[in-house]
Amino acid sequence: MRQSQLLRQKIVYSILAWTVGIAIFFPILWMVLTSFKTELEAVATNPSFLFFDWTSENYHTILAESRYFSHFWNSVVISLGSSLLGLLIAVPAAWAMAFVPNKRTKDVLMWMLSTKMLPPVGVLVPIYLIFRDFDLLDTKLGLVIVMTLINLPIMIWMLYTYFREIPSEVLEAARMDGATIGSEIVHVLLPIALPGIASTLLLNIILAWNEAFWTLILTAAKAAPLTAFIASYSSPEGLFYAKLSAASTLAIAPILIIGWFSQKQLVRGLTFGAVK
Amino acid sequence: MATTSSRFLGRVMISPAVALLFIWMIVPLAMTIYFSFQNYNLLMPGVQEFIGWMNYEFFITDPAFLASFNNTLQLVCGVLFITIVGGTAIAVLLDQAIVGRNIVRILVLAPFFVMPTVSALVWKNMFMNPVNGLFAHLFTSLGLEPFDFLSQAPLASIILIVSWQWLPFAALILLTAIQSLDQEQLEAAELDGAGPIARFYYIVVPHLSRAITAVVLIETIFLLSVFAEILVTTNGGPGYASTNITYLIYSQSLLDFDVGAGSAGGIIAVILANIVAIFLMRMIGKNLEK
Repeated sequence: MRQSQLLRQKIVYSILAWTVGIAIFFPILWMVLTSFKTELEAVATNPSFLFFDWTSENYHTILAESRYFSHFWNSVVISLGSSLLGLLIAVPAAWAMAFVPNKRTKDVLMWMLSTKMLPPVGVLVPIYLIFRDFDLLDTKLGLVIVMTLINLPIMIWMLYTYFREIPSEVLEAARMDGATIGSEIVHVLLPIALPGIASTLLLNIILAWNEAFWTLILTAAKAAPLTAFIASYSSPEGLFYAKLSAASTLAIAPILIIGWFSQKQLVRGLTFGAVK
Repeated sequence: MATTSSRFLGRVMISPAVALLFIWMIVPLAMTIYFSFQNYNLLMPGVQEFIGWMNYEFFITDPAFLASFNNTLQLVCGVLFITIVGGTAIAVLLDQAIVGRNIVRILVLAPFFVMPTVSALVWKNMFMNPVNGLFAHLFTSLGLEPFDFLSQAPLASIILIVSWQWLPFAALILLTAIQSLDQEQLEAAELDGAGPIARFYYIVVPHLSRAITAVVLIETIFLLSVFAEILVTTNGGPGYASTNITYLIYSQSLLDFDVGAGSAGGIIAVILANIVAIFLMRMIGKNLEK
């Protein structure tokens, strides 16, 4: 009897959870469905959920425009470029703080965190003017620099929390065997910390791909990544729902996939290790 | 054991990161402070002079400041309320033995990965549009007048959109916290004679309160800077009905080209964010000592 009660409880909770889950996911689902409709069906007064003439026409239209590919490419360059550049700077820094800490290490970490607290509007004007004067406005290079710097504290923190879990004896043993510090990092630390480094990289790609303050302000047409390209649909052009949906679906698909793989690490990265 | 040479190397390894972040933070911030005391408009090149606190006075006495301060407060509090309450409920629900938990988890988490411009436009056009939106169709089919969300309740609509984006974050963090609850500790308390209420109050609540604090502080940092969602839906309007401080500073600096006033606003935003940041840093700092 107790078992049947447990079963009933499980069924009720499952139905409830699935209802909530589908409700939260619904806007994304609706967007994906709309991307396969014709423009006429997309604005029909009695919108059809599944029984419409499925068409991939919108995707053909979007992809036929070379514009889309160039924005997609900009997103790839900016998010991947800034994440790799960030790793290059963050790995040595996190190594130093995790394995040769001194009495100021904690203050340095906290100070790095504090740069993340600075609201972007606090430096909006100077950054804009500096970019204007150095011809960095609407360039991929400029955005790679900005993205690297705004995500650097998160990268260092994440790597630091991963590195700290590695016993320093492992590294010392390598040093006893005559390894230099450089080869110690490359041949001992990196292989052990690879999962941590990979998830740091993934989280950064997600953050950079979706960043929508600097990308909107510092780009126009040439270097605009997908965030800015989609924003251009806020004009009446956006009333072409099916095309908007197709462009949006393509824009979020890569990150949805990466995100599902790194959901566990997300917690650690976004809370700076406060919740694990 | 850190040798002298490795300690030296440590300093070398960390210096690029420190130098870059220092330049990124201090130089522009110093420039913003400097500009905030200047009469400087990009439309009037050549005219640039020290004017003391005038920009601050101008920025704070502008009715738009009060409106956008209010809006920022409502936006942050509204989204925090919805995401914490909803997030806790979802986290508790997902902690139960349910069929297909991993799939539900993925469904709930998905909005967090949608870029802000996409989620804002999908909600604006496909749900909230008074003619073709899904809500309009729903209202009409129920025999009601379609409601024009973004012009009649612009701020509430933006709160809804932003809450949808941040609900997964709160749910995920709280779920992680619930799952890391030490079951042995609970059982030990039970053996020692603690009733269910005492166990909840002395073990579960303190454990969750830490995660809730983390969610509140981290979300606040991001919510103070909500920008894209406003830019693509309402442009801060009608009037200043959905302008927050971030958007106000953007429009003063880059649409009105008033560098001085925009900078003064920027400094005020920095001060506001710092009030939150101090609490967040203290909490994370405590964690570091463990």
